[in-house]
Amino acid sequence: MAGVFCAATCGEPVESMNARRVFQTIDEISYWSGKAFAWLIVALTFVVSIEVFKRYILNAPTAWIFDVNNMLYGTLFMMCGAYTLALAAHVRADFVYIYLRPRGQASLDLALYFLFFIPGILGLIYAGYGYAADSWRIAEHSNVTAEGPPIYYFKTVIPIAGALVMLQGLAEIVRCIECLRTGAWPVRLEDVEEIDVIDTQLAHSEYVDEESRHIAMESARAIDEAARHRSVMEEGVVHERAIKKDEQKKP
Amino acid sequence: MSDPVLGLTMLGLIVIAIMMGFPTAFTLMGLGMIFGYIAFWAPGQYWYDNRIFDLIVQRTYGVMTNDTLLSIPLFVYMGYIMERAALIDRMFHSVQLAFRRVPASLAVTTMLVCAFWGIASGIVGAVVILVGVIAMRPMLNAGYDVRLASGVITAGGTLGILIPPSVMLIVYAAVAGQSIVKLYAAAMIPGFFLTFLYLVYILGWAIINPKIAPKLPPDQYRLAVPDYLKRLQRGRSKRVIGGLIAAVFRPSMVEGATAVDGRPAHYGVIVKDVLSAAVPVALTVATFGAAWWYVLIYNAPAVTTAVVSAPRTVAVAPQTAPAEPQKPQALGTPEQMPQELGEAETEVKSSEPQRSADAPPEEMSSVTEPGVTGAGKVPAHFFEWFWGLAAFFVLVLAYYFCRMDGEGLEILKELVVSVVPLGVLTVVVLAVILFGICTATESAAVGALGALYLAVMAKYPRQVWWWSLGGAIGGVVLGWAHADFVELLVSGSLGATFLGTVVPVLMNLRTSAELRQNIKQATFLTAKTTAMVCWLFVGSALFSAVFALHGGQGLIERWVLSLNLSPMGFQFTAQMIIFLLGWPLEWTEIIIIFCPIFIPLLDHFQIDPILFGTMVAVNLQAAFLSPPVAMSAFYLKAVAPKHVTLNQIFAGMMPYMVIVCICLACMYIWPGMTLWLPEFLYGQ
Repeated sequence: MAGVFCAATCGEPVESMNARRVFQTIDEISYWSGKAFAWLIVALTFVVSIEVFKRYILNAPTAWIFDVNNMLYGTLFMMCGAYTLALAAHVRADFVYIYLRPRGQASLDLALYFLFFIPGILGLIYAGYGYAADSWRIAEHSNVTAEGPPIYYFKTVIPIAGALVMLQGLAEIVRCIECLRTGAWPVRLEDVEEIDVIDTQLAHSEYVDEESRHIAMESARAIDEAARHRSVMEEGVVHERAIKKDEQKKP
Repeated sequence: MSDPVLGLTMLGLIVIAIMMGFPTAFTLMGLGMIFGYIAFWAPGQYWYDNRIFDLIVQRTYGVMTNDTLLSIPLFVYMGYIMERAALIDRMFHSVQLAFRRVPASLAVTTMLVCAFWGIASGIVGAVVILVGVIAMRPMLNAGYDVRLASGVITAGGTLGILIPPSVMLIVYAAVAGQSIVKLYAAAMIPGFFLTFLYLVYILGWAIINPKIAPKLPPDQYRLAVPDYLKRLQRGRSKRVIGGLIAAVFRPSMVEGATAVDGRPAHYGVIVKDVLSAAVPVALTVATFGAAWWYVLIYNAPAVTTAVVSAPRTVAVAPQTAPAEPQKPQALGTPEQMPQELGEAETEVKSSEPQRSADAPPEEMSSVTEPGVTGAGKVPAHFFEWFWGLAAFFVLVLAYYFCRMDGEGLEILKELVVSVVPLGVLTVVVLAVILFGICTATESAAVGALGALYLAVMAKYPRQVWWWSLGGAIGGVVLGWAHADFVELLVSGSLGATFLGTVVPVLMNLRTSAELRQNIKQATFLTAKTTAMVCWLFVGSALFSAVFALHGGQGLIERWVLSLNLSPMGFQFTAQMIIFLLGWPLEWTEIIIIFCPIFIPLLDHFQIDPILFGTMVAVNLQAAFLSPPVAMSAFYLKAVAPKHVTLNQIFAGMMPYMVIVCICLACMYIWPGMTLWLPEFLYGQ
């Protein structure tokens, strides 16, 4: 499959604007939905904290709090699945993968998207749809406590989250095809990364010498990317082993 | 419709499929889907009626309503906010001043800051880069051995994933069906024991061979004593406390002198100094008060009524004692004390710059004291322990304050600002979980709120103070009808945290881009990490169900049992496999995918799953420090001066790997080191 794509298009390694529009639109949908649902963590923090106060101090526990906590947490992680996929942040065992050329990576990914991803997620959407439909039909309420809150909304999250992940998966498939055509991975939209804390920390530091501070602040992301692939980043150049450089470039 | 051959195929395929580098969650989901479809295939059935669809959605819903996993986003959120709230370089600076007279003071400071910061952050890369930037050059400039400097940073940087509250332990708890609380209690002592071993190694090396860590020249750690404090110092030893207290009553003593910023010293400056100086006293009193309250008041009703509300030690100990003849009858209550004191000392250590050169090892050993004393060896007299230790601490504090000079006071002020808030928050969150006062989820949520409070406090102290005061009053008023004194205290502080966080955040959200950015970053990162871990759970839940359906799990079990391994042989093999897996894989994959293979076998070999989990956590430390693959070395190399080579960093890491192995051996030989605390706190 991969060979066909490559053979057909190896001649003109130009990025197709249509393809770019497709995956960037989908990316933005995933980012937007993921970031919107990410705020549930703030809600969860406050709901649990207020419940601590109510239960331990006022001696007035809330019966449905257990369900609400689960709903907030379950919705949070399910709906952010697509966002995480869009950021390529789902954990992968890439110790062989990183040594492949971009085209090799893309053909491997493409095959596995069809082999594993699509059956798994399609199954999830289909099964989740039936599950949620059943729940709606009987207007299901939680059975954790007597007169629990309704949970058919919560069960609806499964097919919706599955559909979002599927959509993002299609974008990733388009990315793979683009990479097979052009021989380089298309650039991802920029977003917050764990390593950004370096910036926050060092921006205010008083006891660190300017030089090393600037090196760290400017190249923190590149250092992170390089170290994950077990290579060293120095003066903007990655030594010892080649890594995917395109993903570091800012769009 | 199940077939062991298919099960074996699955096992072979999963290893290959994971190595292909596809996102693991979807690999597992897809494999589970395909093989499950085959397993449930029945001739004559519609293709869409296959029961695998029920399985996948049930499994997904199971992860969505898993109350162990519920605490993951909260702990992750707490960590992300904390690492943005407290400035690590300031912390490093003040801890270094406090430990300036200790041999290899910079290395010791680095290790302590790494361990402490790792508790908050838990992100290896970030810790290593930050500490690398902050500590590497000062150490090399001071003439430290390159291997010492790099080893201490890389080894310290990985500690965060072990010491509670760590997300790795929650994930293990969810996988093994164990309680988070027990795992946290179990990981406490090995975590601090490992830190202690690291420190012993650094100090031992520095004392045997002082050339590798030369003492800093005095001008590098002298702190400028402001003018007004110089006036208050008395005598040749420059004692300052007496003068300070006198100045409270006679402000004219500092009239005309200048404060730090060059402005004339006024009364507020003196009051602030007195309050800072009172912090160690307050912390000690609070810890002892909490111990007293926990043992005598909180646990007391449980003894008389043995209510089911919470599994208290005291309620449990008398019941289990007859079955356990080697433990004395009244073991529950008095043993509580050393643990609390261990914490007291942790607090005091962070707040109190000790004078004596051998202070850190002494203090660290007292932190691990509960483990050393062990079950059944502690005298069964709570009051003797309590008052004895209280008297000891009064003496220590008295000695400390008597010897304090202006410089000492300045250092203390620095510590109070940089280390104490985060330290108190961490200790409170952990203590509340460990002593079963509220659940891990609840304390994680309050911890996240507290971290947010500290973050706002660092930027808008004045607003936060006033709103906290309002919140405290509100909390006390609300709780007035229902609560006793301690509950009012908790109520007040909860109210203060709540109002002191929410109102200033809302007030400043519009104007402060930095605040907005920090909150956004923490929120989005939490979403990302939670989704990554929990989707992996969804995939692995489906996969393992299908794997068991095909009899794959049974096949592995029969095969392992047929090897006739001794328990030690099994433990060694399992840990070795996990160690090797730790090279290429991330901890999430190891714990979620590979630990479930070993966990059902533990019962046969009579290995406690909690001990096994803690050993896996320690083991992964060694895996993450193994030379050719350790990520932290690459992080450090990128920020270190150019003459430091990767090989020097690896050479520096090697000894710490050996120390981790020693720690593992100790844990295996004395399971009590790990299991004593959970058994003691929660019974068998």
